[in-house]
Amino acid sequence: MSVKKTLFDPLFNNNPIALQILGICSALAVTTKLETAFVMSIAVILVTGFSSFFVSIIRNQIPSSIRIIAQMTIIASMVILTDQVLKAFVYDVSKSMSVYVGLIITNCIVMGRAEGYAMKNGPLMSFLDGIGNGLGYSFILIVVAFFRELFGSGKLMGMTIFKTIGEGGWYQPNGMALLSPSAFFIIGFIIWAIRTFKTEQIEMEN
Amino acid sequence: MSNDSTAKTLTVAAFLCVACSVLVSTAAVKLKPTQVKNKRLDVKKNLLLAAGLLESPKATESEIKEAYSKVEAKLIDLSTGEEITDMDPATFDLEKADKDPKMAISIEAENDIARIKTRSKIRPVYLIKEGRRVSQIILPFHGKGLWSTMYGFLSLAPDTQTVKGIGFYQHGETPGLGGEIDNKKWQASWEGKKVLSSDYKPTIDVIKGSVDPNMEGAVSKIDGLSGATLTSNGVEASVNYWVSNNGYGKFLAKFRAGGV
Repeated sequence: MSVKKTLFDPLFNNNPIALQILGICSALAVTTKLETAFVMSIAVILVTGFSSFFVSIIRNQIPSSIRIIAQMTIIASMVILTDQVLKAFVYDVSKSMSVYVGLIITNCIVMGRAEGYAMKNGPLMSFLDGIGNGLGYSFILIVVAFFRELFGSGKLMGMTIFKTIGEGGWYQPNGMALLSPSAFFIIGFIIWAIRTFKTEQIEMEN
Repeated sequence: MSNDSTAKTLTVAAFLCVACSVLVSTAAVKLKPTQVKNKRLDVKKNLLLAAGLLESPKATESEIKEAYSKVEAKLIDLSTGEEITDMDPATFDLEKADKDPKMAISIEAENDIARIKTRSKIRPVYLIKEGRRVSQIILPFHGKGLWSTMYGFLSLAPDTQTVKGIGFYQHGETPGLGGEIDNKKWQASWEGKKVLSSDYKPTIDVIKGSVDPNMEGAVSKIDGLSGATLTSNGVEASVNYWVSNNGYGKFLAKFRAGGV
């Protein structure tokens, strides 16, 4: 596969959330605000990229009996590293992310790419595959966060777009948008939109 | 040697563990000082925000340090209200002391309205002085909301009854609902409210809906946060606990008598 395809296929053609339906859990949790979604995206892109890279480097050495736990060790180390860096350099943001950075460890996308791709391909391609899947995840995260922050609190990146009634404006915020179920609706709409244009993604009826 | 032999499995596992633990611990040790500094600065910033000495939450480090020079920290023994002078408030770690069996007492269930189970016997207060007179008394307080323990600062006027400001520096309430305890407008609605009645009993009442200025006792009633009844109740209980005689009450009484 070409570099471009590896990197950009996961955006629309093979999106981890929309097509592979991986990583839904964190997509619900960190999307109430655009800012946290951005930071989460960067964190996930780096973690998937580098953990795939390192898994791929030692892929020929890993005994198959302990391969999952070996991948987990690498992923967990990357996540802790990311968490520590966030706490040291962007304290305010890391405070708002609370436990979710740590929970990247359990994000199925990272593990899925390490097991499904990095174990069979070279380090560079694995790195790009990780970055690409991170981007695909980020794309959904940011779209979901955009709608949730806009409709839920009338803001984008913390800047007021619709002035809410609470602050003396006209907009009645949609409390539903701030609760997790709204992310399901938005992800559903995104999947619908993608499959309208990419009809080959529609599953055959049994 | 085949990849699946026992020796190889053990070698790979050992090597991987050592490599990863070195990486993680190096990062943790190297970044620790910056993280601790950030955390301390964040607590100071929120104290200043609650006191109204700082306008914007985006203040720089030097602005925070400058504003903080007006703050005088004291350690208080809550059971007597007396100041403790043989410990340094700057190095006192409140969060640790609250959980340390040597430093903390457990709160009896019927008094534990803030649902925190234990609290340190000694706690800091922060006095803001204008000239020689104290203009604000700032009490660090905490209590359970819906999901999390909410940590904040309550600033009182020298009469110990009137709120000058309130702010939270750590909580995990639902963003947009309970998380609205960070809303500046809601926090501003606390200003001028009475946390203690004329006979110095805790009176704060966070009600459902909004406060009508003509309603009875409106001076100690606060608008509830819509969609966050349990968080609102948690804030009410926390404030009432900490200004009562189980919390800072004895210190506040001493302060009124001019003993501080």
